[in-house]
Amino acid sequence: MGCVESMNYEIVLRDATFRESRDYIRDHFKEFLEVQPGFKVFDVHVIGLPPIAIGLDGDFVIFPYTKPCHGTFLLRVEDKTEAARLRAMKK
Amino acid sequence: MSTSSQGREIVSGEPMAKPMAQAGTALLVLGCPQVPVQTSIALYLMNRLKKAGITPVIAGNKAANTLLVVADQDRHYLGEVIDLDRAVGLITDGKRTFDLCFVFIHNDAGVSYAATMGSISKARLYVLVYGEHYEEQAKKIDFPCTVIAAKAVHNPLPLKKAIDEVAPWAA
Repeated sequence: MGCVESMNYEIVLRDATFRESRDYIRDHFKEFLEVQPGFKVFDVHVIGLPPIAIGLDGDFVIFPYTKPCHGTFLLRVEDKTEAARLRAMKK
Repeated sequence: MSTSSQGREIVSGEPMAKPMAQAGTALLVLGCPQVPVQTSIALYLMNRLKKAGITPVIAGNKAANTLLVVADQDRHYLGEVIDLDRAVGLITDGKRTFDLCFVFIHNDAGVSYAATMGSISKARLYVLVYGEHYEEQAKKIDFPCTVIAAKAVHNPLPLKKAIDEVAPWAA
């Protein structure tokens, strides 16, 4: 997963479709923001059909990560700084 | 890894040489290479584009890129090869632009990459939809692009025929 490999991530969903990933975030997280493809979360440019949902849960960021052979993974990463940056963009 | 006629080492996933001029360029975004027709059609499309004076650039994951690099050791068809995630970053950051973009689709991830290219790039977008379940994937495409679709898994001819009918190199 490139730079994602170096993150301490938890896989929330694996081998999902993009739509399943977006619906999961909308249904399971009260706090989320919607961004356009190519938006950078950590060092990852998110891939998908716009709008792309990114969840926030305290200091955790939940975002989709797509691989050509394995579909979309929904990853959960704890990062206070990145969560705060994304939260600020909602305002 | 291979050696070019100039004796340079060519590493899959990195540009073969200095990026070429931006006019008349086409980005070919490869999907997972598990469906055999992809590599064949990519070589075919690169050849047609080059004959029309359009410079093709390949963007794929390591496996997809390596299949092409190994098949075209002397780079008769293949030019610049870029890692897929890096290509997305370069386009998003405005460091690279292309006139045409072709996205190979046979699964959900392919549709996601195509939508992304449609959003981040100003290139004229073509999607090549193939595989056993090509109709299912084609239904997910609701963004502006030219759809070229055919049921092609092992035999590339149905997809080649569909591409020839559109003739994107002449558009």
